Amino acid sequence: MNLESFIIMRHELVLTLAFIFILVAEVFTGERNKEKIKGIAVVLFAIVTAVGFLPAATGSLFGGMYQASGTTTLMKNILNIGTLIVLIQSYTWLGRPENRDRIHEYFLLLLSTLIGMNFMISSGHFLMFYLGIELATIPLAALAAYDRYQNRSAEAGIKLILSSTLSSGILLFGLSMIYGVTGSLYYPEVAAKLSSVPLVVLGFIFFFAGMGFKMSLVPFHLWTADVYEGAPVNVTSYLSVVSKGAAAFIFIIILFNVFPVISVTWEKVIWVIAIMTITIGNLFALRQKNMKRFLAFSSIAQAGFFLLGFIGGNQLGMTTVIYYALIYIFSNLAAFGVVSVIAEKTGKESMDDYDGLYRTNPGLSITMMLAMFSLAGIPPVAGFFGKFFLFVAAAEKGFYVLVTIAVLNTIIALYYYLLVVKAMFINRSDAPIASFKSDFMQKLGLAICIAGIVVTGFASGLFEMIRNLSYGI
Amino acid sequence: MNILTWLVIIPLLTITGILLVKDARQTKIVSAIGMGIQLIVAFVIVFMYVNLRKSGNTDEMVLMSSFEWFKSLNIYYTVGVDGISVAMIALTSLVVFAGVFASWEMEDLKKEFFISLILLSTGVFGFFISLDLFTMFLFYEVAVIPMYILIGIWGSGPKEYSAMKLTLMLMGGSALLMVGLFGIYFNSAPDGGELTFNILEISKVTIPIEAQRWFFPFTFVGFGVLGALFPLHTWSPDGHSSAPTAVSMLHAGVLMKLGGYGAFRVAMFLMPEAAAEMAWIFIILTTISVVYGAFGAIVQKDLKYINAYSSVSHCGMVLFAVLMMNKTAMTGAVIQMISHGLMTALFFALIGMIYGRTHTRMINEMGGLMKVIPFLGVAYVIAGLASLGLPGLSGFVAEMNIFFGAFEHPETFYRVATIIAVSSIVITAVYILRVVAILLLGPIRDNHFVGLGDAKWYEKLSLVTLITGIVYIGMAPLGLSSLIRESLIPIIDKLL
Repeated sequence: MNLESFIIMRHELVLTLAFIFILVAEVFTGERNKEKIKGIAVVLFAIVTAVGFLPAATGSLFGGMYQASGTTTLMKNILNIGTLIVLIQSYTWLGRPENRDRIHEYFLLLLSTLIGMNFMISSGHFLMFYLGIELATIPLAALAAYDRYQNRSAEAGIKLILSSTLSSGILLFGLSMIYGVTGSLYYPEVAAKLSSVPLVVLGFIFFFAGMGFKMSLVPFHLWTADVYEGAPVNVTSYLSVVSKGAAAFIFIIILFNVFPVISVTWEKVIWVIAIMTITIGNLFALRQKNMKRFLAFSSIAQAGFFLLGFIGGNQLGMTTVIYYALIYIFSNLAAFGVVSVIAEKTGKESMDDYDGLYRTNPGLSITMMLAMFSLAGIPPVAGFFGKFFLFVAAAEKGFYVLVTIAVLNTIIALYYYLLVVKAMFINRSDAPIASFKSDFMQKLGLAICIAGIVVTGFASGLFEMIRNLSYGI
Repeated sequence: MNILTWLVIIPLLTITGILLVKDARQTKIVSAIGMGIQLIVAFVIVFMYVNLRKSGNTDEMVLMSSFEWFKSLNIYYTVGVDGISVAMIALTSLVVFAGVFASWEMEDLKKEFFISLILLSTGVFGFFISLDLFTMFLFYEVAVIPMYILIGIWGSGPKEYSAMKLTLMLMGGSALLMVGLFGIYFNSAPDGGELTFNILEISKVTIPIEAQRWFFPFTFVGFGVLGALFPLHTWSPDGHSSAPTAVSMLHAGVLMKLGGYGAFRVAMFLMPEAAAEMAWIFIILTTISVVYGAFGAIVQKDLKYINAYSSVSHCGMVLFAVLMMNKTAMTGAVIQMISHGLMTALFFALIGMIYGRTHTRMINEMGGLMKVIPFLGVAYVIAGLASLGLPGLSGFVAEMNIFFGAFEHPETFYRVATIIAVSSIVITAVYILRVVAILLLGPIRDNHFVGLGDAKWYEKLSLVTLITGIVYIGMAPLGLSSLIRESLIPIIDKLL
């Protein structure tokens, strides 16, 4: 191993450099220039994102603990795009007086979670995986409590840290059982020595439960709504999109690489969990009036749809999970972006406040409508393609009953997504949200999302590219 | 570029044009010009098609072109037409054109209205030209979803309820359809080879009968929801009565035909064995649709509800005839789709115009309108007579073919069903004549009605366009029916 081989870790290295730069910059900026950090940080992260797209070297480091392949690079790039949009969307919010002194904290915490996620995705060893997942989670709790003067935000932080600690404990317990059977924590060795003995199955179930927490699958979802509601909007969007996407990515990598031997077992588990997640997420979303809670439950249901790509263990499944994650990033961030802009300008977060929004703020309403249609899977926006291919992936392996239940669930989902459209376009209000102009950064963030929502679906080249980087069992 | 693709591009260009112009007047003009061009293109396609056939081209589909889209899943953007689809395209362009003029006086959010309306028509045109199940499905959903906005914003009565009900039921249908399409796709290469969504390719293979038994009901019912198959028709009366005029016209006139068209082009054409096995179930359901819809229309007092129930009855007839699986009945089914499309669009246009003047749609509040608005009155009578199947108008040709063909079926069960369904003709006559009598004849019920003005130029244009179509089909049905008959041959061959 020489110094040059470290270039394999380019994503993490560049992120760490950015992290250090912001840390140092904070120290050397005077009291009056604190606000400039956010501009620097966003530009810096845009560069980091761009660097990620340069042709990358692949290989492994530290005796196989760290692995980089075309797939992991792609996944990291997708997470980078999501994070960049989140940072752009939080730009205006960070300019608030109460946030001025700790702008850098926001970036530092966010970047460190992203570094954690990158290590997690590139892990080739369960310890590395665990380190990554912890690094990705603990700063998130601090982020959730970022509005420290608000009780709800602090509550969200506590809830997140407690539930994630518990889930980590369960996950570790599961891993220890698997270690007990196989005597190794390296993915290839575990995969080779794994057999379908009861202890392995039990260990897998615990591992699954731990990952279920991170992806907020039913019945491990109970923290989601409260945390999403309490945390600042931008942190919520990061949690629901980037954090969830990262968990889905590593989960599918581990399922396909480490657990193919017991695929019959996890097919059953995923079958049940997928239906529960989609259905219960949908049913709870039906009655939500707070937009953040509403999006929280809708994102639980969306996580269930990801599982449709997992279940077959096929190449198409992994392709669609990655593809759908990308689409989901654009769609959900567009929705959260609108919620964030409106919350920023008016402080309103309830669905009833959105009545008649189209007549006062047509641009925001159309963005929100596109986001809702994309989340619901209505053509011609990208969500349709993502959902359709997820269903194809599950149907390819013959899970027609699952597909039918999931497809019928999209109708329930359509109902509540249409409620938002109805509020904005159809309902009249005596006191609608007044017409306002968004800032440049808010517009930029939404514009990227809209472009993504419209283009990603039609861009079949993108889908083929992802497919070439994906693999099955 | 392929001329068929222009059918999708012109509406999109029109939408762009609407976005660029400033005021409501320009919006109307841009929409009218766009849809006028669309009408011309549609008829150019009809002539091109007829000429191709005359020059001896016997391909199953003509004017085809194909672009690779999602390569690894073998999804292509493939377009092509046969006699049935060109007839449907011509119908759609007529109805959309008439619809634009019928909504000339739309007040609120005019731009958005025309954009949604034209977007909806894009979906319909795309559906009829698609030969790839994926693109077909995509266009199908594009055609459904603008309805929610259109009914929700510009509708009347319990519009929010109706809009949600209609959207959810239709999307529920498309959900079932999606499962059906997966089934077809993954069984499209039973002997190995590449899976495909292409209708022509799939029609060459025989999907295993077990798979057909599973997926035929999904596909047929999926399309059937849009074709108002009993008991999944309930969105239709509410939806149509709440929708604004042009939307009712387009929806009852064209969108419901997507159901009938898809039912035989996809469900029956690709899975003929299961279709033959299960036809009896759907024959029962469609017979109920036909008779029940007609009875439903008798008791309604709201003009739009009457027409919506009559649509259930007439569209039920389309599915009924398709399931008879012989040439005469299926020709009748396609003519019925076109005839009903024109006739019901005419009805809804007239109802909208009458409502705009009297501000009521309740028939017992109106009377003697023939004396004050004779043009609209006469047009209403023509629509009514076409609906009850008077010879010389389109309805007669369609129903004649349908019932003649249906009775040709050798089995007693089918003949009994036909006899029951035929009774709807009488019931239709009852509700049509009743409405005409109460609404148009007799003394003027309300003094406010005395000063009403008759149709304006744009209303006349809209009505005359549709009436021309109805009379043309009624007087000279041979052109249309030979257009359809030739194209039915491959489908019939597969079914027998």
